[in-house]
Amino acid sequence: MFYPTPHIYPCGDHAIAISFGNAIDTSINQKVISLFKYISDHPPEGMCNLVPAYHTLTLIYDTALLKKRDPSASVYETMRRHIEAAIEKAAAEKSPSKTIDVPVCYDTSVAPDLASLAALHSFSVEETIRLHTSRPYHVYMIGFLPGFAYMGSVDEKIRTPRKGNPRTLVPAGSIGIAGEQTGIYPFDSPGGWQLIGQTPVQMFDAKKEDPCFLHPGDEVSFYAITLNEFGKMKNA
Amino acid sequence: MSILIIKNGVLDTLQDLGRDGYAHLGIVPGGAMDRVALQVANALVGNSLSEAAIEMHVPAAEILFEETAMVALAGADLTANVNGKEIGTLRPLIIRKDATLSFGKIKSGARIYLAVKGGFALDPWLNSYSTNIRAEAGGFKGRSLQKGDRLLLKQKNDHLFADDAFVKGLPWFANVAEHYVKHTIRFVPGLAYELLDTVSKKILQTKPCTITRESDRMGFRLQTDALHLKKQEELISTAVTRGAIQLLPNGQMIVLMADHQSTGGYPVIGYIAGADFSSLAQLQAGESFLLEQTDLPCAEIALLKQQMNLQQLQNACNFRLK
Repeated sequence: MFYPTPHIYPCGDHAIAISFGNAIDTSINQKVISLFKYISDHPPEGMCNLVPAYHTLTLIYDTALLKKRDPSASVYETMRRHIEAAIEKAAAEKSPSKTIDVPVCYDTSVAPDLASLAALHSFSVEETIRLHTSRPYHVYMIGFLPGFAYMGSVDEKIRTPRKGNPRTLVPAGSIGIAGEQTGIYPFDSPGGWQLIGQTPVQMFDAKKEDPCFLHPGDEVSFYAITLNEFGKMKNA
Repeated sequence: MSILIIKNGVLDTLQDLGRDGYAHLGIVPGGAMDRVALQVANALVGNSLSEAAIEMHVPAAEILFEETAMVALAGADLTANVNGKEIGTLRPLIIRKDATLSFGKIKSGARIYLAVKGGFALDPWLNSYSTNIRAEAGGFKGRSLQKGDRLLLKQKNDHLFADDAFVKGLPWFANVAEHYVKHTIRFVPGLAYELLDTVSKKILQTKPCTITRESDRMGFRLQTDALHLKKQEELISTAVTRGAIQLLPNGQMIVLMADHQSTGGYPVIGYIAGADFSSLAQLQAGESFLLEQTDLPCAEIALLKQQMNLQQLQNACNFRLK
């Protein structure tokens, strides 16, 4: 369906969403992230959660609390006005992104799909690694699991669809490719992405005040490490 | 000051009203499936409505009270008893030291909440006591309760029994009938509702949906006649919220419940009205219900009314407990 953007719409009686266009695109996502940062810094009363995704930002609110303040007013319309005002202000602000380097071990012992993925595209394993590490990736959103970052875009030459038969156990730290996206599994979990490496960095640590290593809007650069370095960093 | 799990149930977890503020990191609020029951149980013992309680399913846990405590049960009726004597739900009870609380047959509902006066002594994780099993954090050690777990209580209860009874009910009850709409659940249409073809809209209005066995705290999978969109669209993932009714490629629906994922890419044809979420959460696998369309103004008012009723109950209980 086509909507003029930004398109604002309700998600039931407790949330409102804003869409900035219907595509996976960094310039669209930048608008999402700018508004996310602006509203995070200036939260309206009753806001419970604010969730950026590829092209949308969703604000979840406490309807009963807000309705009690003014029973005659529509909570949705009140939130809609907040968002419209915020869109204007956020557009005027620059939001710098954080650049994060992530070490990746591409040794076949921790990269079960690397050789077959390289062969599929008629590249050597070394060339595939070079293509994966040669560009920065934008964190579009965190979802699926706590701390799972959806990043893009993977070089067209090595884009590969998900596996037809997902694995029942993907080890934590595994780096996967799914189409134009790349991501890191924060936990041991089932998963269908093509596994091309593993990072020794812990993506999620419940004991930390900020439990997630990556955040929406971050820029991520991968660099290759040896299996020996991987072992040392993992046990550090 | 503690209670001891003598036998664990199938899924006994500590839950409060959920963990807000972290969904952008993939950490969804979680919390009690039946928020009304959680708040009713808390109100009955004079707690804050958002205090953490134990959410139990069928079969539920068997619990030894190592200390006298005031408790309340709300939600499902699982034939609760103390040392074999049947006790009711929806009223404050004083359970004596060394007595055992256990459960029997399901009379109604799917999940029951046990609140203790003063609450459980737990460490919060990201400002909430709710158990996030995926992240192994929050609640009691980030997991469901196991045999041998000992939960400390925040408050000592010095009630003295005049006789040798193991349990004493206080003489008032909470009436929750108006919170549970039973087998008609209201929904507010979502973006994909207008994409449904005419036949599918008719099915949605007239055919009951059955909750299948593949339903849990993450989502309820529904079984009804298959629904179809006028045209299929490839959707980009967005944030999803509790109560979203997603349409799966096979034409069946899944309703996202408390432990849903934070993002999803299926078309959302509607959202369960917030005020009816607890009614849905108390339906068991195999039970059926009708979906009834409502609009935003009605849904917002219903939520306000529900919260006002819970506050009135809290005020009334606090007055009696004084």
